[in-house]
Parts: sequence; structure tokens; C-alpha cells
Amino acid sequence: MDVLILSRIQFGLTISFHYLFPPLSIGLGLMLVLMEGLWLKTGDAVFHQMARFWTRVFALTFAIGVATGIVMEFEFGTNWATYSRYVGDVFGSALAAEGIFAFFLEAGFLAVLLFGWDKVGRKFHYFATCLVCLGAHFSAIWIIVANSWMQTPAGFHIVGEGMKARAEITDYWAMVFNPSFVDRLFHALCGAWQSGAFLVVSVSAWYLLKGKHGEFARRSLRVGLSVGLAASLLQLASGHASARGVAKNQPVKLASFEGLYQTTSNAPLTLFGWVDEKNERVVGPKIPGLLSYLAYSDTSQPVAGLRETAPDPKDRPPVNFTFQLFHLMVAIGFGMIVISGLGFLYFRQGSLFQRRWMLWLLVLSVLGPQIANQAGWFAAEVGRQPWIVQGLLRTSEGLSAVVKANSVWAAMVLFSAVYVLLFAVFVYLMNDKIQHGPDDNDMLPAGKLAMPERSKP
Amino acid sequence: MNFGSLDLNTIWFILIGVLFTGYAMLDGFDLGVGALHLFTKTDEERRTMINAIGPVWDGNEVWLVTGGGALFAAFPNVYATVFSGFYLVFVLLLVALIFRAVAIEFRSKRPMLWWRRMWDAGFACGSVLSSFLIGVAMGNIAWGVPIDARGEYAGTFWTLLGPYPILLGVTTVALFMMHGAIYALIKTEGALHDKLRGWINNTIIFFIISYAVTTMATLLYVPHMAARVRANPWLFSIALVNMLAIANIPREIHHGRDWRAFLSSCVAMIALMGLFGLEMYPNLILSNPETANSLTIHNAASSHKTLGVMLTIALIGLPIVLAYTVSVYWIFRGKVKLDKMSY
Repeated sequence: MDVLILSRIQFGLTISFHYLFPPLSIGLGLMLVLMEGLWLKTGDAVFHQMARFWTRVFALTFAIGVATGIVMEFEFGTNWATYSRYVGDVFGSALAAEGIFAFFLEAGFLAVLLFGWDKVGRKFHYFATCLVCLGAHFSAIWIIVANSWMQTPAGFHIVGEGMKARAEITDYWAMVFNPSFVDRLFHALCGAWQSGAFLVVSVSAWYLLKGKHGEFARRSLRVGLSVGLAASLLQLASGHASARGVAKNQPVKLASFEGLYQTTSNAPLTLFGWVDEKNERVVGPKIPGLLSYLAYSDTSQPVAGLRETAPDPKDRPPVNFTFQLFHLMVAIGFGMIVISGLGFLYFRQGSLFQRRWMLWLLVLSVLGPQIANQAGWFAAEVGRQPWIVQGLLRTSEGLSAVVKANSVWAAMVLFSAVYVLLFAVFVYLMNDKIQHGPDDNDMLPAGKLAMPERSKP
Repeated sequence: MNFGSLDLNTIWFILIGVLFTGYAMLDGFDLGVGALHLFTKTDEERRTMINAIGPVWDGNEVWLVTGGGALFAAFPNVYATVFSGFYLVFVLLLVALIFRAVAIEFRSKRPMLWWRRMWDAGFACGSVLSSFLIGVAMGNIAWGVPIDARGEYAGTFWTLLGPYPILLGVTTVALFMMHGAIYALIKTEGALHDKLRGWINNTIIFFIISYAVTTMATLLYVPHMAARVRANPWLFSIALVNMLAIANIPREIHHGRDWRAFLSSCVAMIALMGLFGLEMYPNLILSNPETANSLTIHNAASSHKTLGVMLTIALIGLPIVLAYTVSVYWIFRGKVKLDKMSY
């Protein structure tokens, strides 16, 4: 295998593994803010117990997220040096802003969140929890600024030619608020909230099935289901907005999502199926006009096909792969709405705890957002191939000039071994924490937390 | 000496220096605590060592991440050349940093002896290897690396492991061990504290020997790293500050003023990094032997527009970062007490 494919696999592996954890940190961060907020508001010790238990889970996901995140920052330089030279002016500034505004905030207040329970007052601790959550969201903002700029470059001009060419910022805010940024940020955040919420839902449902930690599990489930349902519904809106953005800004990607070769009005939406890339057609049940309608709110609007937008097959992504992952993501997205909606309904009716099949479904629901997040990102990133920066720089042109295939092999073997070990340990420790369950001692806040905050005279 | 007018490129040269100095001062001590970790024997001692850095190590490592991000943004050519050129060194550094980070988090989660031993080893080896590789990278940058006309690294992995970079790697391990021992002294009490007080002299001796050898090797074999001080004798005052700060460390330790010893160690690092920066300026990567191919603050920099925007970001961000770094250290001041939340 050549350096290009090896580097792509290496980046894909390391980013996929990394991206199991940040959505959990973002989503659980939000859950912690809600749980601790409920405790402060009601003074009910079960909420305190919940905040403590989920903080311990949060710490585990956060640690691996940090450890695997540094790899990503280094990999732009190690494997994609030409790309780094080309975009450093633009991309680097977003990455540096992420460090200054997001990572320091998270790391600093994480200490208070994890170890400060007995050392600071209730309000300050809650403040720290909110800032950790905010920091996690900030990091999503900046990295998605950077990634969206690669999808829909804006606010820049190209200076120099050939190997010396590079993008330079002309308008900072136009670069930050590039056309796809807001939609994609919202879309990724909804996915992260779902990840966190359905982890809480899953563990709580499992406790209910096992008849353990009843009150703790019911309350956690309620918070989890509420956030999960809200995020799943918002995800529908954000997904729709993102897809319209793709239709407008990245027509090749949209055509690949749907396997559309021929530009046509009244374009159909394929529910499921596969793309026959050789004969340039899609096999599967279709709803006529729906794609045109979703993309442009008008069934008579033509949607551009691959033959028009990328006449040379070399300018197209692997269409079937993109199609399948996109459809998988959409299917799971709808599935999450159904699952959380049903769960919420039964919860309100009071019949959820008798329906064991539903509880089992909720236990499994944790996998949904994780698979959809991965599938969605793969569809988004593979779907814009062969470009690393849309329309400007091809992925094959972004490689490091001096890195040899055997070095990339060595790195990949090393990272894979380490990540397999990390994943095994993560699952083992996570299982251990879940088996152990919430700590009964946490029903009694200790130290400074035991004293309710008094208003000053 | 001529710094020219203080243009944006120079300001960014200094700021990146500040970020990496901050990293050395802060993560330096927790890497050092990691390097000393296996010398402690009982489980309680080891937990105390880890919890001495528990609340702060993550924030300390962010200085490296932000330094890397700032280098990417301000001097993308340097970032690209160094990271792709030092490929395997950086991959090993990443693996070392990963092991260290997760070992801290995982170690005390399970009670089994083999489990704790395994992560203890991961923590210690990761810390030593990270320190060593950071030193090797610094050594190569001081010595100069072969750069071709395109600005790409023209050597191999083995080119990077010359005697001088290895010497700097060892010196960095020694420096961080001394720095970490002083920090651990501040954070511990009782028997472990007394034990550390005994070790600290060894770490100081280890450092001073490495430091003396490095200084001598630099003067003899890397004369360009002393050229500016030679041309501007008043700059020797920085070297003097450095030496006095190092000499002050055993004195403060002897008087039991651990905090002052720690500050002296920080001052020594600042002076060292200051000298390093002064001698490098305006080069970021010195090309050796083809000096014309060196990457400088001008030919490797981003546009003025970006440097300006980034400066605004840094001026807003850094004070906030310093404010909460200080408050976190303040909240977790005092000796380590193990409780159920500890690692």
C-alpha cells in the first residue's frame, strides 16, 4: 500500500477511535450540569448521588479523549505536512484558539469538578461544572470551524503558486462563519448530546432491569430520556439544515449521499438500497420528488447529479460507501426519535418499568448515537473526496513529502495496538463502574458541600 | 545585537517561546514526578505521588497542545517540516504521552497488584520517555538538522539520534526529575517527604553533571548557540542568572524552603529557554549544513493578517488562562491528603 492510502487509514483509525469519547464528554457534561443544577435547586440527595456517579463516568471518557486527542493535533503535521503548509494560516488559527479558549478551560475546571467536591462551596463547584461543559462545547466549536472551512472554504485568498501556494485569511469572521459551519456545529452537538443522554438512559435502564438502585435509576432515566428525546428531535432539524447546506455548497457530496447520477427535477429519495457504481444507478425503493423537496422545498427543482457535477469519475468519492453510511446515519437518527419517544411516553404513562423489552431496547440505545456519529462523519469526510480542502487541494496532494510508507506502517501498528489496549481497559473499567453503581455514601454530601450556601446579609 | 523593530513575527517567536517555557515549567514537574514514581515503594506513597499532580497535570499538558497549535498557526512551515521530519520521534512521544495520561486515570481504579504495577510502569516509562524525546527534539533544533531547498527535512530517523541530541535528552530528564522532586517535596509530608528530601540531592547532582556536560559540549561543538552572547557580553547576565538560580536550589532545600527552591528551578528554566531563544533568533529551524535553507520567523510565518488576529486571541486568552491556572493551584494548595476521590 502506498503512503496515501496508509495515511488515510491511519487518520481514519485514530480519528474514529478519538471520536468515541469527545461526544460522550460533551453530552455527559450537559447531563452533569442538569443533574447538579437539579440538586442545587431541590436539595434532594439523590441528585447529588447522580452527579457524583456520572462525574466518575465522565472522568473516564475525558481522560481517553484527551490522550487520543493530542494524536490528532500532531497528525496534521506528521502525515499531512503539505496540507499543513497550505492551510496553516487558516486552520492553525482555529486549532490554536481551541487550545486557548477550550482546552485550558476544560482542563482547569475539570480538577475542581473531579477533586473539588469537598474543597469548594456548592455554587463554585457548580460554576466549575458549567465551565467544563462550556469548554467541551467550545472545543467542538473551534474544531468544526476548522473542518467546515475545509468543506466550504471562505474568507481567504490563495497566495503563491505550485508547491508554494497557500491559503491566507482575508476576512477572519467570514472564515469562522463559513457557509457550512453553523449547521454542522449544531448537527455535531446534537449527536454529542444524544451520546451522553443515551449512555445515561442505557445504564439506568439496565439497573431497572436488574432491580438495582431504583430511585437513582428512575431519576437518571428521566433526565436522560428528556435530553435524549429533545436532542433526537433537534437532530432532525439540524440534519435537515445540514443536508440543505450540502445540496447548496457541495453538490457532489449530496449526489453521492443519494447515489444520484443524472441531474433531474422531481428527484427521488432512495429509502435504502445500494449504488451500482458501474452502471451508475441506484437500486432500492424510492419516493419520487422527495429529494428535490427536501433540498429546495420544491419538487420541480432539479437536483444536480454526479454526471454533471463531477463528470470525471476521478473527481467522485466512493459513491456506494458514502451512500450506505449516510443512509445508516439517517436510519439511526429516526430510530433514536422512535426509541426515545416511546420510552418517554411509557415513562409518562408509568408503564415503562413493566415493559422489559422496552427497557432492553433502552439498554441497547447507547450504541445508536455512537454508530450514527461515526457513520455521519465518515459520510461527510469520504463524501468530499478526492478533496482535502474542497475544490482547492486534493487529499493526494496534502501528504508529507518526506514520510515513507514503512514509517506510516510502524506508526499505525503502534497506534492500533495501543488503542486496542485502551479500548479493552475502557470497557473493563466502565463495566466495573456500572456494576459497582452509585455510592451510598454520596447520599450525604460531605465537606464544604454539606453546608448549604448562605446568602450574604 | 539587533532585534529590529518588534514586528509581529518576533512577537510570535517570543509567544511560542513563552508557551513552551510554560510547558517545561508546569508539565516538567509532573513528568519529573512520573520519572521518580518507581523509586517509591508502597502503594500509599505511589498514590500520594500521583495525587500530588492529579488535579493539575491535565492543564499542564494543555500548554503543549496550545504551543503546538500556536506553532501550526503562526509558523506552519516549521510545524509541517518538524512534525513530518521527526515522524517516528513524535509518534513515540505520542505513545509515551498517551500511556502516561491514562495510567494516571486508570491506576488506582482497581485493587489488583498486577494492575497497579502495570500502570505504575506505564506512568514512569511514559514520563521518562516523553521527557527524553522532548530533549532530543530540542537538541536537534539547537544542533541544526539537514533541510533541503524545499524546506523539507532531508535526514532520516537515525540522523536525529546524534550524541548531542541524546545528551540534551538526558539533561531534560535530569532537569525534570529535579523539578519534580522539588514539587513533590512541597506536596508531601511525613515519611515520604523525608525520603524525597534524601533523593533530591541525587537529582540535583544528576542534573548539575548533565548540565555541565551539555554546556561544555555546546561551547565546543555548537558554537552558533553561543554566538549572540559572545557578541553581546551583557547577555551573559542571563547565563549568570541561570547558574545562580541553579546554585540556589540546594541552598533553599537545605533551609527547608521548598517553595523557593521550586521558584529557583523555574527561574533556571526561564533563563535557559531565554538563552535558547536568543541564540536561535531569528531562526526557528536551523539548517545544518546548508544554513541558507533555515526556516526563519519570516520565511516560515503565516500572513500578517493571521499573526495579528492570533495576537488578539492570545491577548484575550492568556490572561484568562493564567487566572484560572492560578486559581486551580490555589484551590488545591497544601499537602496531598488521600481520600475516596483521589486517584
